[in-house]
Amino acid sequence: MILDRIWAPGPEARLLPAEKLHGPTVAVTAIMTFAMIIVAAAGLALANAASSVAGSTQSKYVVQLPAAAAGELPALVSAAKSIAGVRSVSPVPQEEMRRTLEHWLGDAASSPDLPIPAMATIELAPRADASAIASELRKRVPQASVSAESAELGPLLGLLRALQWLAVSLVILMASATAAAVVLAARGALDTHRSTVEIMHGIGATDSQVVRLFERKIAVDAIAGALAGSLGAAAALLFLAGGIAAAVGGLTSAPLDLLDVAILILIPIAAVIIAVAVAHRTLLGALRAAL
Amino acid sequence: MRLSLTALRKQECAGVGKAAAACESRGGSGRLQLTAVVQFESVGLRYGTGAEVLRDLDFSLSHGGFYFLTGASGAGKTSLLKLLYLAQRPTRGRIRLFGEDLSDAPRAILPDFRRRIGVVFQDFRLVRHLSAYDNVALPLRIAGRDEAEIDSAVREMLEWVGLGDRSGARPATLSGGEQQRVAIARAVITQPDLLVADEPTGNVDAEMARRLLHLFSALNELGTTVVVATHDFGLIAGNPGAELMRLDSGGLVDPTGSLKNPPRLDKVDSRA
Repeated sequence: MILDRIWAPGPEARLLPAEKLHGPTVAVTAIMTFAMIIVAAAGLALANAASSVAGSTQSKYVVQLPAAAAGELPALVSAAKSIAGVRSVSPVPQEEMRRTLEHWLGDAASSPDLPIPAMATIELAPRADASAIASELRKRVPQASVSAESAELGPLLGLLRALQWLAVSLVILMASATAAAVVLAARGALDTHRSTVEIMHGIGATDSQVVRLFERKIAVDAIAGALAGSLGAAAALLFLAGGIAAAVGGLTSAPLDLLDVAILILIPIAAVIIAVAVAHRTLLGALRAAL
Repeated sequence: MRLSLTALRKQECAGVGKAAAACESRGGSGRLQLTAVVQFESVGLRYGTGAEVLRDLDFSLSHGGFYFLTGASGAGKTSLLKLLYLAQRPTRGRIRLFGEDLSDAPRAILPDFRRRIGVVFQDFRLVRHLSAYDNVALPLRIAGRDEAEIDSAVREMLEWVGLGDRSGARPATLSGGEQQRVAIARAVITQPDLLVADEPTGNVDAEMARRLLHLFSALNELGTTVVVATHDFGLIAGNPGAELMRLDSGGLVDPTGSLKNPPRLDKVDSRA
């Protein structure tokens, strides 16, 4: 469809003067495409991080014993291991608990008078009934309290999802701004070449024939802008990816997978399609005002 | 030129639909039976909220007729021509062109009718970034003719108006007379059913004016209805068979009756 609107036989292409790429369409499309790709990449990376965090905590639970009952930790571990659906049980050593508390309490965390609760993390098998297992565990060790790790991370996941939707909203807003710029550019082009349009109408050109001339110029401008914006965004993302890789080494997976890259590639294509569609509609609307 | 125009007209007659029907309406001698190409009924025109610039126009133009439109500056000649070439809708009354009431026809159907009308604008209205060749070719390209046909027709037409060696020149590099000849070539290249010319000889010398009148007459012989707005009495005198329409303050007038104005309805078959 786009190719059909860009290509025209020589004589038809000459109906509007050949001009170098200029004007708001190229610049606005380039800037907006750059920004849309960067924001979309950030949104996709956040989505991946959120799903990675959610996935890693989905089947993990924390079992806690109050300090007074900390001695029952071995019994709790063996009880948990015997319950069907529990894949693994890992008691948290007291030294690790104290090291963690040192961040807030300093040397006082080493005091033997400090009551330290006992904790163990348990991982459940897929499709295990978490509430039945928690109930069975409390039946065997009444002081035990069970909580899901995902519940602890709920606020963080909520924030990540909110940021993800913010990114989607920003992409939509920038696409709208691109469309608005195209509307202005299309009207400006029509005003600039009004005499040519009147002549063409006067000798029998249809609105579609006239629109096609302008649409082609706007499509070429939009493609040039989208290409420039995409190259800039690709360079920026590669630079950021290199920085992330250097900072965290091979400890994390790539923040964007192939599907994400495909989505990013679609953004400039969508920008061009939006520009051409908006130009078409704007020009037809403007021409209808004439006889 | 005449041979070529005739040949093109024959091609049209070999077609179907309106073109073929129009050809059938001609007599065996090639002389056309007169049918109304244009009918104005109580037509008035005003721009915005101003006074009417045209009022109570009632007339018909015959198929194959040749008309001169005269009148003082400001009498409404250009406004009347605008109604004829569908650049303006009447504010009241009805206008029928080629048998269709186009007074308030949807604009989507107007291009088909405009392609049957050739217009020579007073200010030429050439596309300034196109060469003389491309300006003359414009109506054929808009009509979707193939480039081989366009090339031969345009070159022949430019030769005929004496601009064969200026085909690549842009309007800004042409004199007023040359621009006018390009405008005329563009108007007649499609051999329109109706040719409307606003002061077509205003910028050309007497010899070129004579040749242009000859071209208009040749087209008229082939069935084109010709309407020429002019102050050039030499041009009018050169075509004694033509009928005169005189505008005064927006209305058609005929104080002496000698101008056959409005054109005599007894020569018009209003069933067209």
